Amino acid sequence: MITCKELADFLADYVSNELRPEQLAEFERHMRVCPPCVAYLNTYRQTITLGKQAICCDDEKALHDIPEELVKAILAANSRRA
Amino acid sequence: MLNTADKTMPILEEPSLVAQLQTGSHTAFETLVRVYGGRMLAVAQRMPSSESDAADAVQEAFASVFRAIRGFSGNSQLGTWLHRIVVNASLMKLRSRQRRNEQSIEPLLPTYLDDGHQARPATEWGESPHAAMQREETRALVRSAIDSLPDSHRTVLLLRDIEGLNTEEAAAALQIEPGAVKVRLHRARQALRTLLDEQIQLGKL
Repeated sequence: MITCKELADFLADYVSNELRPEQLAEFERHMRVCPPCVAYLNTYRQTITLGKQAICCDDEKALHDIPEELVKAILAANSRRA
Repeated sequence: MLNTADKTMPILEEPSLVAQLQTGSHTAFETLVRVYGGRMLAVAQRMPSSESDAADAVQEAFASVFRAIRGFSGNSQLGTWLHRIVVNASLMKLRSRQRRNEQSIEPLLPTYLDDGHQARPATEWGESPHAAMQREETRALVRSAIDSLPDSHRTVLLLRDIEGLNTEEAAAALQIEPGAVKVRLHRARQALRTLLDEQIQLGKL
């Protein structure tokens, strides 16, 4: 059976459903008997979700937040090009 | 593909705005800057760069928009198109900057015993971090953890997990091999997991 260390190399492909059938079988065989790797997988997935949540909500806040001087600079540069 | 851009940029079916932009209308251009500029700046600010780099990237993105708008076919959403342009402008800034001496990501990666078992067995986080994410201070904590990743890894994490680029798109944008994107993404997630795990064990998340 593969070790925890070897299993870690498969995590990214596992969460994006890119493991080949034989790799998936090995992965799941290890997972059935290794609670720390199950915990690692779950927290690895949560990490991705938390990262998205931390940044997506930041965007909402910044929805209209463009400094007026930057707007002016962009428009001035555009006028020069026109 | 889950594209964050589709969620964060408004779905602005505005053929008339595009048509006006294509005629060179200054009013239409100003509308574009005011409607999309804030979100484009937010995208640029997420990239590893200084504050002035982010503003410059947005300016350069709009210069590209001005040059390319005539060729915009409307096959993609305007918001998605602008998102790609500002991501690329930010990466150009990043490439043009002298790379700082980067810290190694190694100390943040999991360690293993000689027999291959986890040296510090992982434990579950439960639901508490997700509930805590309702608070701005918790989101700020996660953002600062992302910010503390080495640039080369943080950029890949941002492009793949946040900006919604796929492996090939991120590889093309960064001018590296797709295999390198995959390795860096995995390490970046592992490192971020280590940092978040520390906060959770301290009861801060």
